[in-house]
Amino acid sequence: MVATEKPQYKIIGTRPRRPDGVDKVTGRAQYGADIKLEGLLYGAVLRSPHAHALIKSIDTSKAEALNGVHAVITNADLVGSGQTFQPTTAEAIESGTYWQALEPGKASPRWAAENILAGPKVLYHGHAVAAVAADDVHIAQDALELIDVEYEILPHVVDVQDAMVDGAPILHPQLRTGVRAAGVDTRSDIETNLASHMRLESGDIEKGFAAADLTIEREFTSSQFHQGYLEPQNATAFWSHDGRINIWTSTQGSFMARDATADVLGVPVASVKVTPMEIGGGFGGKIPIYLEPMAAVLSKKSSRPVKMWMDREAVFQATGPTASSYSKVKIGVTNDGKITAAECLFAMGAGGFPGSPVGAGVQCALAPYKIDNQVIDGLDVVLNTPKTAAYRAPGAPATEYAVESVMDEIAEQLDMDPIDLRLVNVAEEGVRNSSGTPWPKIGAKEVLEAMKSHPHYLSEIQGEDVGRGIAIGFWFNGGMESSSSARVNKDGSIALILGSVDIGGSRASISMQLAETLGVTYEQIAPQVTDTDSVGYTAVTGGSRTTFAGGWVAYELGQTIKAEMISRAAKIWDISGDEITYTDEGTVVGPDDAEGNKRVFSFNELAGKLQATGGLIAVSASSSHTTQGAAYGGHIVDLKVDRDTGKTEILRYTAVQDVGTAIHPDYVEGQIQGGIAQGVGMALNEEYYYDSDGHLMNGSFLDYRVPVANDLPMLDVEMVEVPNPGHPFGVRGVGEVPIVPPQPTIRNAVYDAIGVRFYHTPMSPRRVLDELL
Amino acid sequence: MIPEPKVVNTIINGDSKQILVSERDSLLEALRDRIGMTGAKEGCNNGNCGACAVIMDGRLVNSCCVMAAEVEGAEIMTVEGLASRDELHPLQTEFLDNAALQCGICTPGFLMSSYALLQENPDPTEEEARFWLAGNLCRCTGYDKIIDSVLTVAKG
Ligand code: FES
Ligand code: FES
Repeated sequence: MVATEKPQYKIIGTRPRRPDGVDKVTGRAQYGADIKLEGLLYGAVLRSPHAHALIKSIDTSKAEALNGVHAVITNADLVGSGQTFQPTTAEAIESGTYWQALEPGKASPRWAAENILAGPKVLYHGHAVAAVAADDVHIAQDALELIDVEYEILPHVVDVQDAMVDGAPILHPQLRTGVRAAGVDTRSDIETNLASHMRLESGDIEKGFAAADLTIEREFTSSQFHQGYLEPQNATAFWSHDGRINIWTSTQGSFMARDATADVLGVPVASVKVTPMEIGGGFGGKIPIYLEPMAAVLSKKSSRPVKMWMDREAVFQATGPTASSYSKVKIGVTNDGKITAAECLFAMGAGGFPGSPVGAGVQCALAPYKIDNQVIDGLDVVLNTPKTAAYRAPGAPATEYAVESVMDEIAEQLDMDPIDLRLVNVAEEGVRNSSGTPWPKIGAKEVLEAMKSHPHYLSEIQGEDVGRGIAIGFWFNGGMESSSSARVNKDGSIALILGSVDIGGSRASISMQLAETLGVTYEQIAPQVTDTDSVGYTAVTGGSRTTFAGGWVAYELGQTIKAEMISRAAKIWDISGDEITYTDEGTVVGPDDAEGNKRVFSFNELAGKLQATGGLIAVSASSSHTTQGAAYGGHIVDLKVDRDTGKTEILRYTAVQDVGTAIHPDYVEGQIQGGIAQGVGMALNEEYYYDSDGHLMNGSFLDYRVPVANDLPMLDVEMVEVPNPGHPFGVRGVGEVPIVPPQPTIRNAVYDAIGVRFYHTPMSPRRVLDELL
Repeated sequence: MIPEPKVVNTIINGDSKQILVSERDSLLEALRDRIGMTGAKEGCNNGNCGACAVIMDGRLVNSCCVMAAEVEGAEIMTVEGLASRDELHPLQTEFLDNAALQCGICTPGFLMSSYALLQENPDPTEEEARFWLAGNLCRCTGYDKIIDSVLTVAKG
């Protein structure tokens, strides 16, 4: 580990067991689909067989009549439950009032509702049309077959570039392009699939390119990838007669799920309580809601609790994959490698409703570099594919893949070491990023230097069709609102109540930061994730913000507890609090008394006196930090391409990453390894296949094929620690950066191995063979 | 028509159990929905992910692909039966101490699959472990720490 100016910590940097670990290895942990309730019904969802069609009619009467069926719902029931926006009725659509609430480029609750259950149209293969609750899953599925839906099939479009040409099938006739930049030319009076257009611009791009000795412009495309979390979406709901709605679900953000459900159902936020269950992966895909409102309305209709979970095909068909993308990147450099200008265009497919991650992708694209003259355009395009959701560093893998690929070609043409080319241009503290904000202390340079001196990079590679590649990647990390509360018990043990859902060890990492703040042991902190009624608002577990923001709140809780401990000691010793210090060891020390005796309490000792001095300590903290934990990672791969099968085998993989401060190094490593594995899947074989009717052809794990254990070698991680000046413990956030570099790293290595430059990911065996044959 | 429920007699983790099942239930559904044993997880319901792995009469199976009616008279071991009364199984301890789980939803399947591997081949090479475990998907860890844990336990 390369550490720069790291303070001495006692707990941070150790590797204790996670508090939820034993339950998870013994099968006791309760994930969303594990909930058991008296009188539970089981739900199932009817999905569209078409990519794009008008729904002429839906007849649910036969399904309702089936023995064992308790409720059947369609969009009309969803919007019938009191929502605040215009319901999806034929009259409303005809008179135009239905469309009035649509704001260009902005997600509306109606869109959320119509993604959950289709409104006047189905917009992708697998779009939910109706839902059933029955005594068991099999009966619910039988009932689906009895629902008659009459469709009028419409022409469809599933490709980003196709969707932007004149005459493309239009998904939303009333959609107009939302413009998020000055000077952007849009024809806002015509029907379009272009939901929004943003631009970032600085310097003088023409002057920049004029100063270049070499300019390279390339176009890239990438397929849609799915997050592939192993646990399908699920939700269980009970809508009580008193109007209270209880929801148990696997979500990345219980508060987000609560608010979105209330918006869609048009009920007060306070009437919805979301209890986040253990969650089996999300990677961004469990931020949106899908089943929650359906289960709630089915429960209302049946007066019974209703549990729903998706089958795997539905997960692929109807939950957020990432955006497919088209990119054009042009970079100009001087002969010594200095970038003089960059011009980029990124278009991303949002799926059936606006809202691709193109905005984040645009901001990340050039983040590793200092580029004075740049223009970046981002386009958000609706398509007849599932509504995209965030997926680990949303938007960044596609945009940075394009930039890092062009950088590799520049290095080759200038005959420069690719790391040296990046070092010439690397962004540092004070350099302005694409949005015009100066970077605080960042570790891009440290990462590149650590890559350059890494034994992997220094080693020789040999063998036929074997190659090496490198690339770097960036993600923002951090910020947003988090809340927690803590109670000190009479023996000094501490109950820590968290608003953040724990996907991969945040109970441990946040407890460690509280223990560090207080100078107490990790073991005496008992963390628990709680429901939305029991803690303050907390944003999603995502954006690599949880250990960052949650740790910040823990630090603030710790400060409050310290102050309270001092005031109690002051009371007991009958002196002023100003004379008392709270030490790093967690003791409370005052000046010697009149007889010369030491005045000192251990944390636990003083905890035993709390009840007699004003009661046990119970404190809450919320914070909303706008600072970020900007972080960089650089990857090195050695691989071998099999010319007979087109298969690429990863021989050796190393990731170097600036992690700020590694709170629990094992979990930091694990995050990075997991990100690499997903990135390798994107680079080499994962993708959505549509047939000519817009049907998703590979909606199963067998056919979508995420990497399995024998696709990968051990994944080496080198952590660089450049503490984040914007966090009490220097945390930067870890999980997202590592999914960014694999695509260009592997692409650049494939070129080194077989001399072929790819301009599309994945570089699947079929595509490799196409190039070689 | 709703099929008649049917009773199957089986031994689960050493205890005899009678389970009232629908004849359309899989073993996974019988365990999870009929008797509330939710240690085995559903990731795909078609044999592709290994999250539902249990051991049936000494053989590793994906319980989503076994009909509940087929387990009449069989002995089933699930993740709930891996630890003894007093102690976690060494695989459980190693998974915990080596951070071999992140979200943990794949963990029950990996533990059962690794247990079966070590029964069959007590000292696997890394490659053997990777091939044996290729039927279990994990989307969080990149497999590194899982493979490492299994090999560590094998080495004793
Ligand atoms: S749920 Fe049985 S193999 Fe996936
Ligand atoms: S730990 Fe999440 S799927 Fe393996």
